[in-house]
Amino acid sequence: MDLSAINPVLLVASLMVAATPILLAAIGELVVEKSGVLNLGVEGMMITGAVCGFVVAVETGSPALGFVCAALGGAALALLFGLLTQYLMSNQVATGLGLTLFGLGLSALIGQSYVGIKAPATPRLEIPLLSDLPVLGRIVFSHDLMVYLSLALVAGVWMLLKYSRAGLILRAVGENHEAAHALGYKVIRIRLTAIAFGGACAGLGGAYLSLVRVPQWTEGMTAGAGWIALAIVVFASWRAWRVLLGAYLFGGITVLQLNLQAAGAAIPVEVLSMSPYLITILVLVVMSAGRARAALNAPASLGRVFHASN
Amino acid sequence: MIRLEKRPAPSRFWAGLTPVLAVLATMAAGAVLFAALGKDPVEAIRTIFWDPLFHESFAAYSRPQLMVKAGPLILIAIGLSLGFRAGIWNIGAEGQYIMGAICGAGAGLALYPSESFLLFPLMVAAGALGGWGWAMIPAVLKTRFGTNEILVSLMLVYVAENILASVSSGLLRNPEGMGFPGSRNLQQWAAAANPELIANTGMHWGVVTAFVAVIFAYVLLNRHMLGFQIRLTGQSPRAARFAGVDPARLILICLGLSGALAGAAGLFEVAGPAGQISIDFGSGYGFTAIIVAFLGRLHPVGILLAGLLMALTYIGGELAQLMLGLPSAAIQLFQGMLLFFLLAMDMSANYRVRIGKPEVA
Repeated sequence: MDLSAINPVLLVASLMVAATPILLAAIGELVVEKSGVLNLGVEGMMITGAVCGFVVAVETGSPALGFVCAALGGAALALLFGLLTQYLMSNQVATGLGLTLFGLGLSALIGQSYVGIKAPATPRLEIPLLSDLPVLGRIVFSHDLMVYLSLALVAGVWMLLKYSRAGLILRAVGENHEAAHALGYKVIRIRLTAIAFGGACAGLGGAYLSLVRVPQWTEGMTAGAGWIALAIVVFASWRAWRVLLGAYLFGGITVLQLNLQAAGAAIPVEVLSMSPYLITILVLVVMSAGRARAALNAPASLGRVFHASN
Repeated sequence: MIRLEKRPAPSRFWAGLTPVLAVLATMAAGAVLFAALGKDPVEAIRTIFWDPLFHESFAAYSRPQLMVKAGPLILIAIGLSLGFRAGIWNIGAEGQYIMGAICGAGAGLALYPSESFLLFPLMVAAGALGGWGWAMIPAVLKTRFGTNEILVSLMLVYVAENILASVSSGLLRNPEGMGFPGSRNLQQWAAAANPELIANTGMHWGVVTAFVAVIFAYVLLNRHMLGFQIRLTGQSPRAARFAGVDPARLILICLGLSGALAGAAGLFEVAGPAGQISIDFGSGYGFTAIIVAFLGRLHPVGILLAGLLMALTYIGGELAQLMLGLPSAAIQLFQGMLLFFLLAMDMSANYRVRIGKPEVA
């Protein structure tokens, strides 16, 4: 094994790239869960975003347009979930699972003639002087725009939830929908907005996978990233900054195991590729072991069906 | 003004009718989808739902396949439905299915070339135990630490797939396979094979077990204290606790049972239709079984019918792929749509549509 082949600067830079899809999906799901809705369909929305973004980017040659369409596609699928759970009052767990299965099928169908094509390159930001700085330049100043957008989204969601009136209303709906309804807030409309936002974020995350990270389309390419995003929301105990921490931690593990594989570590490849999932489980255990603390932060109405009786 | 009013109790009439309506709605939506793909919708629907059973030249092949596909789906879905009824969400049946196949086949292969008649029962036990053990991980973590069983069981699917890849090219690889990945073919080894019991019916031990599981689950849910506790916990966890139900015990039992059944299904598959452990052994039965469980209203008899229907869409999908060049993903989408329509129509069982102004209380 040759550990010196692993360049720490490149490692950190690629960690950010690896973490961005999960980060985007997780910050969207955080907002959804804060509004009291549990959408288990993140994986389905991500993969739909991945295929929408890829197809549009290939057809138009514009990655930017691809990302926009990925967000729209993810949001559209999320609104289907919203329609079912909010208006038709279906079980959120079952509907979320259905959304994942549906999304996997839909994406495979849309993407079947796009397998093996390379996506148009998403330009990396080149800031004169700053990008040329040693170490820092590569880590901080020369990513593509989506990495910065994901960071801005985390900051934005944090500010929205903590300081704005809209965030307060969103949290009120998530904590006690009956009280929020009695105060005159449109519970269903607010939740639908949150669900659509979550879908758009998941779609962006998926498109980042198919357009930047890989960058190709293959069936089922998200490979559980959506579920890891869900786990990260629990890990973060529903706080925006901790989502960032969680996502970068998992990005780090993913990149590190890939680097170890490339460096020919003595550990079997299968053990390395299952490590992100095993560590997710481990983190979930550690987080839920302090049950009282984690439960305090969970939105009180999470996963409960709202039906206005009058 | 149209509004919804919650029914005091779910309507039995609608609960029975909605799966049928959902299937019809899926057919209609599917027809639109196929038309959009440039296929003749009527022919596509006929190829999927009618030809596998009644086509003069294909039916002889595809009718037995119905049992082969329905067996594992029903077996897994019966186990899942017990947990789902109690609000325990085992989403990782696919992983338990794979681990069951690995453990069962591994136990058999360790004794190669034994010809004992006890070998196959031993393999079934090892398979069920493997699935049970894999399901115990989320169960114990949930009861000990309160960890979310949905996420843990699902993460374990990816772990199981990696283990499968590892053993099929390492531990269980056929020593006489000239270095190709994949284990010995169990079908060619009489003591370990899970053969067709009656020629041209597709009936193998897994299908028999599935039917037994249906009866067992029916009796359990309707006549046994444990079944009552499962149903009570699903309807009101608080009431169940007051009635003396131990939630931790219920979690261990429900997850354990569903894991054991999924593991057994995996063993029957690997010793029968699949024949060997290979990298692409995982076929998504564990996920489709979730749809089957819901489509069957979590009721054993319903699951039996839903399993047969879902098996039909599998075979019909393969046929449509062959005959009409329909993409294989279309059938997956079709199955997802079915679940959606069903969930959407569930509303009519739980709510009543009222037209007019609400009465003043």
